[in-house]
Amino acid sequence: MATDTSTSTAAATREPVLRLHRRMPPEVSILVVMIGMMLLFEALGWIFEGQTFIFNVLRLKIMILQESEIGIIAVGVTMCIITGGIDLSSGSLVGMTAMVAASLAQVSGYSHAIYPGLTGLNPVIPVAAGLLCGLLVGMINGGLIAYTKIPPFIATLGMMVSARGVADWYTNGEPIGNLEDSFAAIGSGWWPVIIFLFVAFVFHIALRYTRYGKFTYAIGANPLAARVSGINVERHLVVVYMFAGLLSGVAGVVHTARAISGQAGVGMGFELDAIAAAVIGGTSLMGGVGRMTGTVIGAVILGILTSGFTFLNVDAHYQEIIKGAVIIAAVITDQYRQRRRRSA
Amino acid sequence: MAKFSPSTAEIVRQAGVVPGSEFLLEVEHVSKTFPGVKALDDVQFRLKRGHVHALMGENGAGKSTLMKIIAGIYTPDPGGSFKLKGQEIRLTSPLDALQYGIAMIHQELNLMNPMTVAENIWIRREPLNGLRLVQHREMRRKTRELFDHLEIPIDPEVEVRDLSVANRQMVEIAKAVSYDSDVLIMDEPTSALTEKEVEHLFHIIRSLKAEGKGIVYITHKMSELFEIADHVSVFRDGRFVGEHEASKVTRDDIIKLMVGREITQMFPKTEVPIGDVVLSAKNLSLAGRFQDVSFDLRRGEILGFAGLVGSGRSNVAEALFGVTPATSGKIFIDGKETLIKTPAAALDAGLGFLTEDRKESGLFLLLDIIENMQTAILRRGFTRAGFVKEAEIEAMCLQQQASLRVRTPDLFEPCINLSGGNQQKVLIARWLMTKPRILILDEPTRGIDVGAKAEIHRLISVLAGQGVAVMMISSELPEVLGMSDRILVMHEGRMTGIVDRKDANQVKIMELAAQ
Repeated sequence: MATDTSTSTAAATREPVLRLHRRMPPEVSILVVMIGMMLLFEALGWIFEGQTFIFNVLRLKIMILQESEIGIIAVGVTMCIITGGIDLSSGSLVGMTAMVAASLAQVSGYSHAIYPGLTGLNPVIPVAAGLLCGLLVGMINGGLIAYTKIPPFIATLGMMVSARGVADWYTNGEPIGNLEDSFAAIGSGWWPVIIFLFVAFVFHIALRYTRYGKFTYAIGANPLAARVSGINVERHLVVVYMFAGLLSGVAGVVHTARAISGQAGVGMGFELDAIAAAVIGGTSLMGGVGRMTGTVIGAVILGILTSGFTFLNVDAHYQEIIKGAVIIAAVITDQYRQRRRRSA
Repeated sequence: MAKFSPSTAEIVRQAGVVPGSEFLLEVEHVSKTFPGVKALDDVQFRLKRGHVHALMGENGAGKSTLMKIIAGIYTPDPGGSFKLKGQEIRLTSPLDALQYGIAMIHQELNLMNPMTVAENIWIRREPLNGLRLVQHREMRRKTRELFDHLEIPIDPEVEVRDLSVANRQMVEIAKAVSYDSDVLIMDEPTSALTEKEVEHLFHIIRSLKAEGKGIVYITHKMSELFEIADHVSVFRDGRFVGEHEASKVTRDDIIKLMVGREITQMFPKTEVPIGDVVLSAKNLSLAGRFQDVSFDLRRGEILGFAGLVGSGRSNVAEALFGVTPATSGKIFIDGKETLIKTPAAALDAGLGFLTEDRKESGLFLLLDIIENMQTAILRRGFTRAGFVKEAEIEAMCLQQQASLRVRTPDLFEPCINLSGGNQQKVLIARWLMTKPRILILDEPTRGIDVGAKAEIHRLISVLAGQGVAVMMISSELPEVLGMSDRILVMHEGRMTGIVDRKDANQVKIMELAAQ
């Protein structure tokens, strides 16, 4: 107590200095893990393969590309988890929005088009349709969670099954091909990565510096206190799940453009990878805690693991086993760190 | 010091050999300190075989703390003695206490709702067959036997969640009896029971008495004291103030013992001009919680709300603030009828609400001080092009921190690391930043140390001086008496009176509150 009193007067008169220097951000530890992993693979690469792991542009590109779709979803899922919820429907929603977007992006005059009257459209239209579709499903998720009070796990589990059903039903499981080049351009080159980093940046700013973000953390930290503080908890939850749905739509569009075809089965299991990325990045499933930067690092770690093991020719089964262990280890260390912080 | 293990105790009990002692339980010189609060200060308590011993005292007098020590939930401070049937023992857990034959029936029932009555009673002690599988038929039989003995008409196979509160209480009692306990602790067992159910409970208590069990009975109700208790011990401010035979004391004696304290705290109540009515409640009711509450609250006035826990005071506050809107009645702000269906509407009408349980409905424990302080004002804007004006808000928070003297290295400390008093100040800052005209404070000084308490009292006076209308709920009578201009007393969901400062004293308030 005595030390408390002595610092209080100093704190009261101190000017607010740059916050970054006050406390080490929690992402630093996970960043260290990421760098350590890269170095480990680099070393193993020289030992077993006789070549570099990191300094191979092509490998880096593939590594980031394959994770960018999961990364885009993870941005939305992170926000759901911060509110104390979860979104299991994102993977299925990728499949569903992929089908919707693909069906409106077919080349002009294609005789077997899904909508023969709607071919050769400006790419804005399929993109908008995909995003809108994601937004709508997210709204249903949020509405169910906020107003019927069913657990987010159940609401989005149901949606996961239904959205996959819609994706299959849309063309009876047939893939949709012959897409416009102008649409496919969205998924070419570095675009998916740019889109991922862009949405992550936008929502990072939103979480840190806007009311939307402050309310999101408050609801996750203590929904009752948030309500007593005058926050419209129900409406806010709907908005958060709408953003998550929208981002699944973005991932669906990006995937379709990258694959230049729409397939009902895409995105299978993405929701779990996205949750893993968020959790590795320090987001707490109890709500109220989490950062976008952490999620981005988490997604990159998953990418490093996959491409690192592929690089070392490790059997795919072992890859999965180790990936699972990494996720669990991340949560254990995070909990340990939180407990230490609390008792500090 | 002779100590014997739970298993030895079991053998001794089964053999019927009871070490010669008049008292089942003798507790002496026991203290319990929580961070910042001395909940029990050198108290004593004795329980005779075959007696009902009532414990009385105001909220926070230390009754429940003592009972939790006896039931093994809390460990007392070192020193003091704890004798069970003449043997010095030391309890380490509730399970330990159970094995020694001490069972507590909690006020908030601890049953597993989705499981059946029989499963609840025999949990951890299920009858097993040779394959270690649970014998449900045997379990049912044992439950029936127990219920027949206690005359409890409940089907052992129903799920607890389908039972009424009274029946759950009976199941808890049966469970306690099933442990062959000699000491049964009942913490306000009748608070949720109807008159008929109370009759049944007393019937059971009398038969337990006849079997030689000792019953510790915590209550707020005078009538019960005289109906069921043999002895009564009174506690006040964590101290033992006296033990009497129930038949030899009167209601007034007990009230005097409960409240008769010298007022050691200073309440910096200042006389301020009382202005116009800002808030008035007309026949406010919330089905099942409170009925017909009407009062006026004026500028600069501090209106105290007194009453026992569960009398509906907090429910009135929650209704006024739109947390659980009233089912009937009207609220007028500045003479205009105002619909308050959500906390947002209440905030817009100029209300602020410091809730009773700061951890449950107040704080975002894992978030920083600044994030805790800013939530209520964020509704009012404080954004530029969508971005929160961080610098402006930080400056406001720093100013609050300085004026309320929140002791913390900086504003970026998670609230979980603060002391109770500082946490409370953070929440008060949250509401002060909204510049409320009407401030509802529910137990503003509960569980915080004396120094912080005095600071909060001073602050309340200053606010009233600035023309804020304050509604203050408190279970501490000296606080209500010391701070309020008028005191509204509630009992079981009804207003039993509004007392002016000049007419108010502890006895008068207790009479209205305990009826």
